[in-house]
Amino acid sequence: MKTLFDRVWDAHVVRELADNVALLYVDLHLVHEVTSPQAFAGLKRENRTVRRPELTLATVDHNVPTGDRSLPITDEIAARQVDALGSNAREFGIELFDLRSPDQGIVHIIGPELGATQPGMVIVCGDSHTSTHGAFGAFALGIGTSEVEHVLATQCIVLKKPRNLEARISGSLEPGVGAKDLILALIGKIGTAGATGHVIEYTGDAVRALSMEERMTVCNMSIEAGARAGMIAPDEVTFDYLEGRPRAPAGAAWTAALARWQTFRSDPTARYDAHVSLDAGNVGPQVTWGTTPGMVADITARVPDPAQLGENEREAATRALEYMGLKPGTPLAGIPIDRVFLGSCTNARIEDLRTAANVVRGRHVSSRVRAMVVPGSQRVKAQAEREGLDRVFRDAGFEWRNAGCSMCLGMNADVLGAGERCAATSNRNFEGRQGRGGRTHLMSPAMAAAAAIEGRLVDVRGW
Amino acid sequence: MCADGDGMTPFVRHRGKVVALPRRDVDTDQIIPKQFLKGVERTGFGEGLFFDWRADPNFELNRPEARGATILVTGPNFGCGSSREHAVWALAQYGFRAIIAPSFADIFLSNCYRNGVLPVQLPAAEVDTLIQRAAGGSYELAVDLEECVVSDDRGFSAHFSPDPYGRELLLRGLDEIGRTLLEEPSIAAYERSHA
Repeated sequence: MKTLFDRVWDAHVVRELADNVALLYVDLHLVHEVTSPQAFAGLKRENRTVRRPELTLATVDHNVPTGDRSLPITDEIAARQVDALGSNAREFGIELFDLRSPDQGIVHIIGPELGATQPGMVIVCGDSHTSTHGAFGAFALGIGTSEVEHVLATQCIVLKKPRNLEARISGSLEPGVGAKDLILALIGKIGTAGATGHVIEYTGDAVRALSMEERMTVCNMSIEAGARAGMIAPDEVTFDYLEGRPRAPAGAAWTAALARWQTFRSDPTARYDAHVSLDAGNVGPQVTWGTTPGMVADITARVPDPAQLGENEREAATRALEYMGLKPGTPLAGIPIDRVFLGSCTNARIEDLRTAANVVRGRHVSSRVRAMVVPGSQRVKAQAEREGLDRVFRDAGFEWRNAGCSMCLGMNADVLGAGERCAATSNRNFEGRQGRGGRTHLMSPAMAAAAAIEGRLVDVRGW
Repeated sequence: MCADGDGMTPFVRHRGKVVALPRRDVDTDQIIPKQFLKGVERTGFGEGLFFDWRADPNFELNRPEARGATILVTGPNFGCGSSREHAVWALAQYGFRAIIAPSFADIFLSNCYRNGVLPVQLPAAEVDTLIQRAAGGSYELAVDLEECVVSDDRGFSAHFSPDPYGRELLLRGLDEIGRTLLEEPSIAAYERSHA
């Protein structure tokens, strides 16, 4: 009796190196400009090559500007990193989606949309949000730069097998509540280290009912619960999404792939090492109030009083509220905001933009707010423009940008100023994450869009 | 010292000064903020360590008794968040050889093993004891990876259970890639059977 994760793991063991430690074969290695230069430098120093360049895809996303693409990058150090990836890709024969490519975008958005991400694969990338790809039933994990170098050289990774946690999500979501709320609520429940050492498999009716893009949002934030990876068994939703995508198999190869992909699921009696359950029907729109994604509450709640929290949480919560400039007992709904960021590998796919556009259509961004939309990829951007969503956002007063990680981590010019408060659809509200002294509230695209219009946090359900 | 070039400094045993950072969930964005991630080398990250927090003169690492510390004692879930190995490079280049905490984030752990930095996981009560002792002024610990023991001169002694694979990487300062390349026949066989 095996779980989905057991099956994908077993299918990739090249050799058992020790008890529970295996050399695992990697099917897809995604590379970006920030965590790869030292890895390529290491290869060159040791006169090593890239073993399977055709299983490696590179793009620029973390530090690229999202403004006018016809202009050169003005940040010289960022430009040097982008250039380094270009020359490394050329030297080692790796396909690169650069700033001129219509397929450029956030690495975790473009893998799936090109159909490169497929069920049953082992996928790695020097980025913690690689967990996104697990939505297809892949074992996808973030790695460090030394491991990036190792995978480039050997197409393998040495791993201790993580434990397996089942997160069963039952019931159905209320209107106005979405995948982002589910995963934030789960992190709030189990904590930011609740799944450390584990791969989460998301199961249950509420998960089956999610679209492919919503599943990616859920798996994306598995890392915020400490998980090595998040996974969802592939089904018709997965196969429908993949069929016809540029890198997906076609013809006879599609039929063969489909037969194989259908085997990647957990046996009904498979054993997990741990379980957690959540009733989707009890989840309301979630908003973070602190400086970890686990410091989260329903929008109808108030900022917690650290004095009433457990001893382990009190000090961190006190620090967090001081950083966030919030007083205990303040209702979350009504907190004024200065900025809105609709973007990131968590929530910048076409469905996210459609949801947000539906909220802002015919309305205008509050005069106190600067709001921006950063599509996850140039393909998402082009699709949104075909649907006229760019007009909806621009008419409402949003800035409409080019694709990149942008203000999720503020490595480019898109940053918060000190003390600025932002409603963000991204994944991390750490101190300084979006800019030194910046204050981030994580939420869904619908909630961020409504906040942009109102100039304060609001419950999108009654709005 | 390590993590800056051709191989990795093995970690067998180390004795050094302790600094305590009694905070939980210290994420890698705090350890090395984004503006330091734009380099293409593995060096020069020590200055960026805890950059924003170090702006506060009262920050633990700024205290006179913290000068020259090589062992960091801290709270649970240390190193959570981004996979950036730059966080470990920054800790190592600042001078840290070992980090003691009740728990660590997975990717951070794996990055430590590959850069000669020893992560030591101890029960929260023992970590609290160390934090209290470090708060009393200059305090030293000895960490022995062969024996898997942390001890001080005042009778503290605790056993820890490192990941066996990570322990071997640290003890021997192995070139992991070189070792995996010796598995070529197995890798090639896997590729043939999955072509």
